[in-house]
Amino acid sequence: MELGEQISRSGNCDSNSKGDCFVSIELTQSGGVNFELESKVKVFYGKSIERLCRSILDFFSIENAVIAVKDNGALPYVIAARIESAVKQLVASEKEFLFDFLTDNLYQSNKDRFRFSRLYLPGNTPYMMINAGLHKPNGIILDLEDAVAVSKKNEARYIVRNALRSQNFYGAERMVRINQGEFGIEDLAFIVPHNVHVILVPKCESVADVYKIEEEIRRIKKREDLIQDIFLMPIIESALGVENAYEIAASSNNIIAVAIGLEDYTADLGVQRTNAGTESLYARMRVVNACHAAKIQAIDSVFSDVGDMEALAENVKRSKSLGFQGMGCIHPRQISVIHGNFAPNWNEIERAKKIVNAFHEAEKNGLAVVSVGTKMVDPPVVKRQLKVLELAINLGILSKDWRNEYVG
Amino acid sequence: MNMSVKLIENAVGRMVPTEINGQKEIPYMGVGKFIPKKRKYNSYISTNAEFPADGNKKVKNLKEALQKAGLANGMRISTHHHFRDGDLLANMVFDIAHEMGVKDLIWFPSASFPCHEHLIPYLEDGTISRIEGSMNGPLGKYCSEGKMKGVAVLRSHGGRYQAIQDGEVHIDIAIIGAACADPFGNANGLNGKSASGLLGFALADSQFADKVIVATDNMVAFPCVPWQIQGNYVDFTVEMDQIGIPEKIVSGTTQITKSPDRLLIAELTARFCEEAGIIKDGFSFQAGAGGTSLAIGEFFCRIMKEKGIKARFARGGSNKYLVQMLEEGLVEYILDGQTFDLEGVRSMRENSNHVWTSPFTSYNYHSKGNFAGMVDVAILGATEVDVNFNANVVTHSDGYLLHGIGGWQNCLFSKTVILPIPLFRNRIPVVREEVTTICGPGELIDVIITERGIAINPLRKDLLKKLKESNLPIKSIHELKKEAEEICGIMEKCVLSDEIVAAIKWVDGTVIDVVRKVL
Repeated sequence: MELGEQISRSGNCDSNSKGDCFVSIELTQSGGVNFELESKVKVFYGKSIERLCRSILDFFSIENAVIAVKDNGALPYVIAARIESAVKQLVASEKEFLFDFLTDNLYQSNKDRFRFSRLYLPGNTPYMMINAGLHKPNGIILDLEDAVAVSKKNEARYIVRNALRSQNFYGAERMVRINQGEFGIEDLAFIVPHNVHVILVPKCESVADVYKIEEEIRRIKKREDLIQDIFLMPIIESALGVENAYEIAASSNNIIAVAIGLEDYTADLGVQRTNAGTESLYARMRVVNACHAAKIQAIDSVFSDVGDMEALAENVKRSKSLGFQGMGCIHPRQISVIHGNFAPNWNEIERAKKIVNAFHEAEKNGLAVVSVGTKMVDPPVVKRQLKVLELAINLGILSKDWRNEYVG
Repeated sequence: MNMSVKLIENAVGRMVPTEINGQKEIPYMGVGKFIPKKRKYNSYISTNAEFPADGNKKVKNLKEALQKAGLANGMRISTHHHFRDGDLLANMVFDIAHEMGVKDLIWFPSASFPCHEHLIPYLEDGTISRIEGSMNGPLGKYCSEGKMKGVAVLRSHGGRYQAIQDGEVHIDIAIIGAACADPFGNANGLNGKSASGLLGFALADSQFADKVIVATDNMVAFPCVPWQIQGNYVDFTVEMDQIGIPEKIVSGTTQITKSPDRLLIAELTARFCEEAGIIKDGFSFQAGAGGTSLAIGEFFCRIMKEKGIKARFARGGSNKYLVQMLEEGLVEYILDGQTFDLEGVRSMRENSNHVWTSPFTSYNYHSKGNFAGMVDVAILGATEVDVNFNANVVTHSDGYLLHGIGGWQNCLFSKTVILPIPLFRNRIPVVREEVTTICGPGELIDVIITERGIAINPLRKDLLKKLKESNLPIKSIHELKKEAEEICGIMEKCVLSDEIVAAIKWVDGTVIDVVRKVL
């Protein structure tokens, strides 16, 4: 090995990189492990950081090295990710240094849950992950794709893997957006065994894209002896993808939603993206229709002006009226606006109350058929209305005990 | 400090000295426990015969004023901090003292700012022996590292008034910078390029100092009205080219935080106040000018508009948002302690319901009451809080003294005290087993609001009962502490020297805690 290959680096440590660290490791011939730490929290965590670093080197059987850590308040799982990714640049190893799963992170998702909002978090910016779940998005996306610089793609995988195990997302659906193509297939090993709920497939254009990913997921699940479902959300971001929308949407039982990505779509068409969105109306309608035909959720693109909440609200209302059931967001402040405007409105709630009430009455009277007025109500309609009310209760716009006060 | 001085345990369990800088001190005894049975300090009787018959007390320049005031070794020199980080005057005073070769001065500011880093060479060369006042940034760091000759003494705004009137602190010369003054010494902070709104922090200095100098860059003919500082207390007046940097005195514009995490804390705080029934017609509140506090004000504003509620008064630090509430009729009065932006200054100048106050009316504990206690809810900050709700505002967890007390201790007497704080900052837990420095006793702190939960002081059974059915994330303070540790890890203990570098006074002049040198 040449000397130049024996130094590796990982992480970030400039003044903007709170909650992160920068690690460099140089393999040496002798002298044991030489550890240097520069940290704002050295007084409080210096010893535990050193213990952690040494135990990781030990785990990978590195006996002689100079390891330097520049830390700015990184949590242990972040430090471990940085070190492991630096180690793996120097030493080929199949082993993974994994923290025990945080028990709070073992919850499951389900196909039908609401997906109004999903918050994108750059996969290589751990600081933004710490409080993300507190803002109560329906889903959190750890992004390995566009939000990560090309040179940082590799180290981001370790952050995302460790975050899935150690970072509490407080009940949000746990999603990861993988990269395109082969690199994206390689990403899967870092997320599939770590209780990812939904994998977002960027720039999906054909059924073949979906199959390839599913095949790799199956392989990893088998190897790791995993049984839980892993859902997919293909993102359609090109003219070809739009044309294939239904085939993609219906290609697998694991697909729970299809999203549209308008930045890339408008680029593909060579047109400007506007707030009014006339240029993408066909694409959006096509995706919405494909999703409803495949009985999955239709998810709209992100709204990128994080300062303009009024325009966002308008955008959400339009989105809902087209048949979308959720939207991406890139700033926590967008979440409540998205929820508020996707949330059932007064008319919708009143209708749901009527139907659900009739359902309970029918049950009480031992009737098999639910009817409102002279109209019969199908069971799936009741189910959907129950969900509307559950959502209204969760959003705090309807009392849990609404039936006590209900006068039909 | 002299290590032979005896330390005794005070009522919050801290070991504090009975003597500081050669002066006897009383350890903190508990809220309201220390009753001084003595008369107030008083200043010399002046006679009109000693002053110009025409009322013109103008002298040539600041140096002449200081010379005439008898500037000499070992004197205590006071300044105020209404000019905040734009203050030039305090620095000029010590430039002159240095040039005159005067030594061992004690600087007694109402607070210091980063701009006063300028004075560090004078601390090093002996022009200044110590600072008695709230220290921000570089001076605090200098003090923490044990480089200052004497022990710093930190007081609240109200405590400063108390210490002066009680005679704990004798001011030899007070230098009062004013945006507007007349040759007789009447002064205000309302008019002129160095406008700071009011001059309340200098009130005690004008009343009790042996010699009082008023310096202005906007001298007007008598009368300068309103006379926030009364010329009848003033010995000399000085006209200068510049006493401050306007854009650093008040900011052009104060901004509500954009941080989603802080907005979350602000929203939880406003919701808490709403559910606790604090936001009701005729209520009063105090919120600072930090980004989070401004956001809380904004949430209050929304709730008040929605429900048609009007507040009787708001305690400032004023800013454009508070002024807007006043002008929209959501708040009847602003009782202001300092103006943080240009809108605050404008409003104070134009609107008689925007009232300038002083630490005497708002905060002094050794008086027949003050209005801080009448405020329904005070929303304050802290660097650390412990499981007994004791809180720290002056030091960081690593022991560095980096902030002043301000009016914080005085505001603890409001009916409900809420500290909206993050549970941890960059891996350092804010809710801890023990705080580094106790600035306020837990019995006066009612609610801690973090992004991960709200802890109500068990002493506030009424609040616990009111919020029992709430959807807000109410937790115990121990749960919050545990959560912080689970995320950040258990901190290793920070070891500090035994050497005391600063003392923290309680509002009644007793010593509540000390700050020790960092290693």
